[in-house]
Amino acid sequence: MGDAPVVVLGEAKDPLVPVNRESRSFSSPGTLAVRADFPLLAANPDLHYLDSAATAQKPRVVLDAIRDYYETSYANPHRGAYRLSHRATERFHEARETVARFFGVADSATVIFTRGTTESLNLVAASWGGVHLDAGDEVVVTGMEHHAQFVTWQRAAQEAGAAFRIAELTADLRIDLDHLASLLSGKTRVVAFTHVSNALGTINPVAEIVAMVRAKAPRAIIVLDGAQSAPHLVVDVPGLGVDFYAASGHKMGGPMGCGVLIGRRALLEAMPPYQTGGDMIEFVHDDQTTWNVLPHKFEAGTPNAADAVGLAAACDYLSTLGIANVRAHEQALVVAMSDALSAIPGVVVHGPPAAERSGVASFTMAGAHPHDLATILDEHGVCVRAGHHCCQPLMRRMGVSATARASAGVYTTMEDVGALVEGVRAAAGIFVGS
Amino acid sequence: MTNLDALYQEVLLDHYRKPRNKGVLAEATADAQGRNPLCGDEVNVAVAMDGDRVTAVKFTGQGCSISQASASVMTQLVAGKSATEIEALYARFHSLVTGTQPLADGEGKQLGAMAAFAGVSKYPARVKCATMSWHTLRKAMGTE
Repeated sequence: MGDAPVVVLGEAKDPLVPVNRESRSFSSPGTLAVRADFPLLAANPDLHYLDSAATAQKPRVVLDAIRDYYETSYANPHRGAYRLSHRATERFHEARETVARFFGVADSATVIFTRGTTESLNLVAASWGGVHLDAGDEVVVTGMEHHAQFVTWQRAAQEAGAAFRIAELTADLRIDLDHLASLLSGKTRVVAFTHVSNALGTINPVAEIVAMVRAKAPRAIIVLDGAQSAPHLVVDVPGLGVDFYAASGHKMGGPMGCGVLIGRRALLEAMPPYQTGGDMIEFVHDDQTTWNVLPHKFEAGTPNAADAVGLAAACDYLSTLGIANVRAHEQALVVAMSDALSAIPGVVVHGPPAAERSGVASFTMAGAHPHDLATILDEHGVCVRAGHHCCQPLMRRMGVSATARASAGVYTTMEDVGALVEGVRAAAGIFVGS
Repeated sequence: MTNLDALYQEVLLDHYRKPRNKGVLAEATADAQGRNPLCGDEVNVAVAMDGDRVTAVKFTGQGCSISQASASVMTQLVAGKSATEIEALYARFHSLVTGTQPLADGEGKQLGAMAAFAGVSKYPARVKCATMSWHTLRKAMGTE
């Protein structure tokens, strides 16, 4: 590597890990051992990062790819006649091809780069919804949606005068398929749901739901929130049978501010642009403008090409590990952490059985608020999310105001799980024991 | 004392487990709602005012130990006080939890239960939990 500058993370007086304690009660290694690939984790050996559902740490290959783009191939894509601009355009195009391949998509022009899942869902609601949603129509979401899906469609329905319906959940916090079926009809124009719940880790039966929607609601588009599935499960978007799939690169180890919307070509071609500006036009007359072809129609302005290159590197990294291996690794971790947490008096881990969830353990402790748990865990060097996880409708249905959520990634180890469990026991000592 | 022990002092935990003045204030003349949209903590503070004096105060809400204990302690500190006195209490509480003016030697006795919140200053992410009830009180009083 030569003389790469050393990045010092955190001042000595403000360390990321305040307590340097031994917490090695879980000694068996995970099936992946890639922590050294992640500079932030490698530089902080006592940090136990269990917030991958919020955002994933970055492997060095991603950071290198972004740097390489700026150092060797940087100019404004699609604009210059000179060779450097051509190279910048080529690299951007290759990135799209790589990301398309990762999601099993042959037609890479149907992969639109966006800022992330939130923008992707807003794009569909504004563009498709703006044209197709009318008074009397019905939009269906579920009670476990992230606000990016829930609020986006709630507002789109309100603006169109359409009804907004919410499929309820079963006692073990899965989508109640019978209730969902009862909401579907010829009036249904949108069925929007999440592949994997960010707050619980529930993995939804996409194929079953798609079949149900196609049979009962032939006029509906199906919009799948893939923010929590893309980094953790094998995702073949055409095979899922949905109309739109949205994902965030930063949760996959890619940079912040770059994600994708993948859509059916016929739908995307019939949709009006989401934003207007440079790149997305074909010809601008004084009185009207015609639109560029896919994917450019939906990518107004100078694209975030460097981060697209970074996202492609993240896709390659995950592919090299093998997503099936990633799933097996995270499954072993979530089972271990759920078993150990459940054994602590007063602690409840929410949702379906651990082996059927993604790498998420969402838990509460009687007598202790999740924010207090998170503060105590932070003292143990353990990073977890505490709060409503952008899922207030779900929290209401669970009858809680918040949960603490530990979530695994490819770099998570059994040592991280051990530190989590030790920290939760310490919290129990403060809030339950005394 | 570790940072955690300083944060979760028995006084604070006691107010969390057995909040004082929690409930609906029948004679309320004003109230306000405080919310932290990031974490979902919420508190409603109701006051009965006689001129600029708070004659009675109660709160409702739910949230973490810091936010709920802070509301509980606050109601005890401000009952019967004038708006000017309450502003002075708020200023001291604020400087205490943000760490701009740490607890002075011998000041603990004078501040009473408020002193139990000195440990918050070591946890910048929790300052908002501690100050929410005070902001809400001041909103209800029209001094925010």
